[in-house]
Amino acid sequence: MPLSYDKPLTMKKEIVMESIRNFTDPSVIKEELVKLYPPKVAKKRGKAIVVNDPEEIPQVQANVRTVPGIISQRGCSYAGCKGVVLGPTRDIVNITHGPIGCSFYSWLTRRNQTRPESPEHENYMPYCFSTDMQEDHVVFGGEKKLKQAIQEAYDLFHPKAIAIFSTCPVGLIGDDVHAVAREMREKLGDCNVFGFSCEGYRGVSQSAGHHIANNGVFKHMVGRDDTVKDGKYKLNLLGEYNIGGDAFEIERLLDKCGITLVASFSGNSTVGAIENSHMADLNVIMCHRSINYMGDMMETKFGIPWMKVNFVGAESSAKSLRKIAEYFEDDELKARVEEVIAGEMPQVNAVIEEIRPRTEGKTAMLFVGGSRAHHYQDLFTELGMTTLAAGYEFAHRDDYEGRHVLPTIKIDADNKNIEELKVERDPEKYTERKSEAEIEAMKANGLEMNGYEGMMKQMEKKTFVVDDISHYESEKLIEHFKPDIFCAGIKEKYVVQKMGVPLKQLHSYDYGGPYTGFIGAVNFYRDIDRMVNNPVWKKIKAPWQTAPADGELEAEYVSQ
Amino acid sequence: MLLRHTKKEVKEREGLTINPAKTCQPIGAMYAALGVHGCLPHSHGSQGCCAYHRSTLTRHYKEPVMSATSSFTEGASVFGGQANLLQAITTIFSVYDPDIIAVHSTCLSETIGDDLQQITKKALDDGRIPEDKRVIYASTPSFVGSHITGYANMVTGIAEQFAKPDGEKLDQVNIVAGWMEPSDMREIKRLSKELGARIVLFPDTSDVLDAPQTGRHEFYPKGGATVPALESTGRSRCSIALGCISAEPAAIALEKKCKVPFRTEDMPIGLSATDRFIMSLSKAAGVEVPDEITAERGRLVDVMTDMEQYFYGKKVALFGDPDQLIPLTEFLLDLNMKPVHIVSGTPGARFEKRMKEILKDAPYTNFKNGLTADMFLLHQWIKNEPVDLLIGNTYGKYIARDEDIPFVRFGFPILDRIGHSYFPNVGYTGALRLVEKILGVFLDRQDRDAPEEKFELVM
Repeated sequence: MPLSYDKPLTMKKEIVMESIRNFTDPSVIKEELVKLYPPKVAKKRGKAIVVNDPEEIPQVQANVRTVPGIISQRGCSYAGCKGVVLGPTRDIVNITHGPIGCSFYSWLTRRNQTRPESPEHENYMPYCFSTDMQEDHVVFGGEKKLKQAIQEAYDLFHPKAIAIFSTCPVGLIGDDVHAVAREMREKLGDCNVFGFSCEGYRGVSQSAGHHIANNGVFKHMVGRDDTVKDGKYKLNLLGEYNIGGDAFEIERLLDKCGITLVASFSGNSTVGAIENSHMADLNVIMCHRSINYMGDMMETKFGIPWMKVNFVGAESSAKSLRKIAEYFEDDELKARVEEVIAGEMPQVNAVIEEIRPRTEGKTAMLFVGGSRAHHYQDLFTELGMTTLAAGYEFAHRDDYEGRHVLPTIKIDADNKNIEELKVERDPEKYTERKSEAEIEAMKANGLEMNGYEGMMKQMEKKTFVVDDISHYESEKLIEHFKPDIFCAGIKEKYVVQKMGVPLKQLHSYDYGGPYTGFIGAVNFYRDIDRMVNNPVWKKIKAPWQTAPADGELEAEYVSQ
Repeated sequence: MLLRHTKKEVKEREGLTINPAKTCQPIGAMYAALGVHGCLPHSHGSQGCCAYHRSTLTRHYKEPVMSATSSFTEGASVFGGQANLLQAITTIFSVYDPDIIAVHSTCLSETIGDDLQQITKKALDDGRIPEDKRVIYASTPSFVGSHITGYANMVTGIAEQFAKPDGEKLDQVNIVAGWMEPSDMREIKRLSKELGARIVLFPDTSDVLDAPQTGRHEFYPKGGATVPALESTGRSRCSIALGCISAEPAAIALEKKCKVPFRTEDMPIGLSATDRFIMSLSKAAGVEVPDEITAERGRLVDVMTDMEQYFYGKKVALFGDPDQLIPLTEFLLDLNMKPVHIVSGTPGARFEKRMKEILKDAPYTNFKNGLTADMFLLHQWIKNEPVDLLIGNTYGKYIARDEDIPFVRFGFPILDRIGHSYFPNVGYTGALRLVEKILGVFLDRQDRDAPEEKFELVM
């Protein structure tokens, strides 16, 4: 069942796109975006700003270092590793090895929700653990302090796993966190201790940290527990971090369809589930950027194919469920999925019919993440809104242009030190789920196995794609296009709102959500309707600032 | 339970900090630099630091927080960050056009030994700094002290690098603001005006981090201490430092460089500390205290006398930053309450000594500061000796909910409420606000828990 409100959408949207096409020559706007930069910087930024053509996708510069001094949205490797990938697993004690700040800033700030099985089950997510490195540790080394911290954490909590995260000074002073981890793992016996060299200076953004996290989770967790779980259709959900309860909604849908979720990487997850994840028969990937490495590595070692899904947007959610059913090639499952979709869509349609007359024809810009700027365009499409410009904060070219460009991506000095694990087929644990021929047949049938087409293919001609957008560039884009809504993160939130444009946070969801699945789509429709139609935006000027300046003040009482 | 793994039994810890009552130096430096007009803070380190600090300050203020970064990569970490900072200075002046760049270091640049003084001098020699522009700096290693230390270091940098000693003495008093909110700074200025005292307040984040919605983003909002005002601090009659940890070092620097004598007062939070501030300022500026301020004080004391029954003997646990905890503890004692547990992650003998003075008649108090003086320990203390009230930043809400304790948000950061940037905690008015908040949570609790027959209309 498609979205019911379809035809008028296309008409209005066409009008908007027509007006964009007739707008100022995009190359003129592009020039404006880099005008104030010193010449070398302008040249470099120019390669990251492209005008899209979905038929002939242009190359976009991505995953290169930010020019010092540019106000960027980006964070660091530690944030990508500890904050994004490892943070949402509730029963690991995550110890940050370094001065206090890094652990403090990543303490509960990402809104990863989790639901322990019972009040007695472990949940360390509300806690912040740090070695609180001091000057003498920087001078004389911090390994002793780190061992002490691990021992104290073990004595206090007896966790199943302790992970160590290196911050900038750790790499420089030469603390070997991996050796410490090995030593403590042996000493403690029943606690899996492992380290991540995710110093903030590694790579050029959070992205390096994702990769480092993937490697560590793969090496130290995946494949440790061969228990066979019940379930006919078993999959892992990769790259879903349960912000605002997104994973809960996906879990609800999978459950309704009778699909067994073995592990999620890593929203609402546990150590045990991840250790058992190689027993699933399919990996579905939400956030391609942060977790695609895991999909590839698990396929090579254990024989689990992966496919890209998107549970952001009602139609995308339906499509993703259908893709999963296709993969399992089971009529019962296909029928069940159709039933579930048919059961969910009426409430979605009821809301979209109410809301769309108020959102249709409006415009959006999305500059966020490594997948969200793509996924959320589906929701805006459902609202009848047009995405004028979009870009990622820390993505690579494949997220923009599609995975077919992977062989052509050059590895530069900043990325060459991020370890590429050499993965081989596990002689005992590898099981072929689908033969190569079966995968090829699926691809031929339109099922995008082990692939991702990227964001630009979906975007209209002449829209803007900007990687690692700077404050200055976003300000200029807003001035030019005056979008009805801008999507980014907390650092941009109030800057853009001060310009009179509502900003929707797509990292924290402005403390709302979930936005996945059918319930999430409805939540998003309502939130966007509220934001783009809020009367407060018309109240910015005081009445005396907008009143016509004719006549003199009526100061009669003065003379009386 | 949210903090289900926190058990009553306290074990000595040396290696592990759990739920810290502090964060790192650079965020304090960034906050301080925002209190200078036309200034862009710059974080000399990897870009994650800058992103984290901007995010935390933004969540606390719900306002734009602009700052740039040297965006270190592995190369810069090995070969030194000079090239990054030089390029950053050029880029910033051409794109963002600030009057001043205030550079602070990070644990990364400190570990590799970058010398900010030398690099900024090189930038000047290379002609990267336009003639009427300035680059100032402060060394703020994250592995020393806390965010409060970083604030103090940047404020000291501001004082040292702007103040000019030469020229005639001016009939004005410097007030060095310890780490307080823009609302507090606004209130200090109002009280000074009411007193008739001519002051230079720095840093001053009012009209920066509480900017109005105008439909235009002002990259450099109208507030902040101006360069001429900062230059003139070297010729002021004297300085009053509000806070022995976060403000005094800047006053000492001014004395050393420009021979401006100073006096340190506790931050004027609560009755007694505000009394001392008013007396000190009236003396320093040579002005009488006007009746209006006496009346303001009287209104506060009136509420304290009228509602005293609700405060008496109530046990309080608090955590936060030194210059706020010192006068707050004193105020709780003035209200006849019992501050039984206090922690602060900020180290320092000076802080300990001042707390001991304040707590001399409260031998029952558990107080710890510095390493492992964290919220995990505070929570354990609370489990051993329960309290009637918890005061601290937003992270306290996890303890408050688990232990079902009335909770007043106070300090940094407050991520889940507004108000702190608009309504002051300092001065008599600020104290009245605190009293109202504390009383509010007590009486709400009584209303919630009272059996129907004991439910009161008048309280």
